[in-house]
Amino acid sequence: MQQLVNTALSGLTLGMVYAAFALALVMIWRSTRVVNFAQAPMAMVTTFVALAVIDAGHSYWLGFGLALLSGLVLGAVVERVVIRPVEGKPEINAVILTLGLFIVLHALASVVFGNRYRSFPAPFGVRGVEVGDTTLGITGFGIFSIAAVLVVMALLVLLFRVTDLGLRMRAAAYHQEVARLLGVRVGRMLTLGWALASVVGSLAGLLIAGGSLVHPGFMDSIVVFGFVAAVLGGLDSPVGAVVGGLLLGLSLSFVSGYVGSQLVALTALAILMLVLTLRPGGLFSQPAQRRV
Amino acid sequence: MLSLRDLSTSYGPVHAVRDVSFTAQEGQITAVLGANGAGKTTLLRTISGLLRSRHGTIELDGRRIDRLSPERMPALGLAQVPEGRGVITELTVDENLRLGGLARGRVRPADLQRVYELFPALADRRAAVAHVLSGGERQMLVIGRALMSRPRMLLLDEPSLGLAPRIVTQIFGLVRSLVEDEGLSVLLVEQNARSALSIAHRGIVLNLGRVVADADADVLADDDQLRHAYLGF
Repeated sequence: MQQLVNTALSGLTLGMVYAAFALALVMIWRSTRVVNFAQAPMAMVTTFVALAVIDAGHSYWLGFGLALLSGLVLGAVVERVVIRPVEGKPEINAVILTLGLFIVLHALASVVFGNRYRSFPAPFGVRGVEVGDTTLGITGFGIFSIAAVLVVMALLVLLFRVTDLGLRMRAAAYHQEVARLLGVRVGRMLTLGWALASVVGSLAGLLIAGGSLVHPGFMDSIVVFGFVAAVLGGLDSPVGAVVGGLLLGLSLSFVSGYVGSQLVALTALAILMLVLTLRPGGLFSQPAQRRV
Repeated sequence: MLSLRDLSTSYGPVHAVRDVSFTAQEGQITAVLGANGAGKTTLLRTISGLLRSRHGTIELDGRRIDRLSPERMPALGLAQVPEGRGVITELTVDENLRLGGLARGRVRPADLQRVYELFPALADRRAAVAHVLSGGERQMLVIGRALMSRPRMLLLDEPSLGLAPRIVTQIFGLVRSLVEDEGLSVLLVEQNARSALSIAHRGIVLNLGRVVADADADVLADDDQLRHAYLGF
């Protein structure tokens, strides 16, 4: 029983982080129809920004904040400099560019930050929370991770559902031409969308890194899990991304806990294949809409 | 109010609009008629800034607008109403209308109220995703959305397209009353010449991108030769 609870709890924690990463992918997919493979190294770079700030003797929170801020800037710059020039061309061009960016950021990080493992601090305990005399499989940092992702999701929901800016951003994502006729600066909205997605991706990076080791490739496996989670949810649905992330986190945690940790990556791929075979549009796909 | 002079627009080597000149008067409905491919929609998209003209000028109240981007038009009081497919189907009816208000800076509750009074069918479905609307309701939604930006001039693109005659009559009647009661100006691009001329003050007939007639609507409607040659009724 205890193992069951603990496996579920650690799956939940991990799932939340996958969910955040998947959400970042979905945000960009929805607005620009690009799968941003560079999301992982972008998050890696901002995590190293945090590490540099912390290593310079500043607090974890200053590093955390500056990392998110640099994520915002990095996302905007990538959209303006890398993606904008190929806008209106086949989407595959942009996707290849994000792959190129993946390699470039990797190489740059190795040069600037060094190609070695470095430990990344965590602001809360990384040992199991103790309830009575049993130790639960969730850490203080795990609870923080879940809370942080939930807060960010709530803020995004508020932004998109309640504010005028969010309405403009959705209009720009759904129907560029009509949005322009309604006075929406579509280019700015796309830049902002990339910037916000990059913040969410950076958050996922910081949460993966906390209390663990970082190196220029530490996010690479996450892009696979995040992508699987996003596809699981249907790529177009933010709610799907979150549910997909949680499902994936739980499944992988149970496979790792009960079957064997060496099967984790294989399981992720098996889940991906299963979903693509049975429900190619993802779990949250709606019946194909008539495009009129 | 809206004046075009020697306006030409081309898609690559194809001249879709050639040397078009006319003026749409304030407080009137000016109908631009012609068959499929006559250049009507190209003309409209050039006016709203979605397409760049090759040469010629477009003036709104004496101010040149032919090099402005479409995002600037709502602030000048010019609202293009794309035909029914211009509804953002993923958003709700209410959200579509609010976007129209945002085009002019902010959403005024009184404007929203007025649009719902003009189109009671929309009021019943304000929280519904626009995807579920019928063709007629979509047309009402795009017109209502344009009205939310408090335009002085509406550019209507084929409002009758694909709609039942009864709905067309209803929508055209509403456009006419907006012009008569509130002094709105309308540039109405239509293939359905008979219906368009029934509410328009003036008509422009395009053929292969050129103006072949420019006269009062009742004169055009009485010109049998012209009707048969270009308007199909």
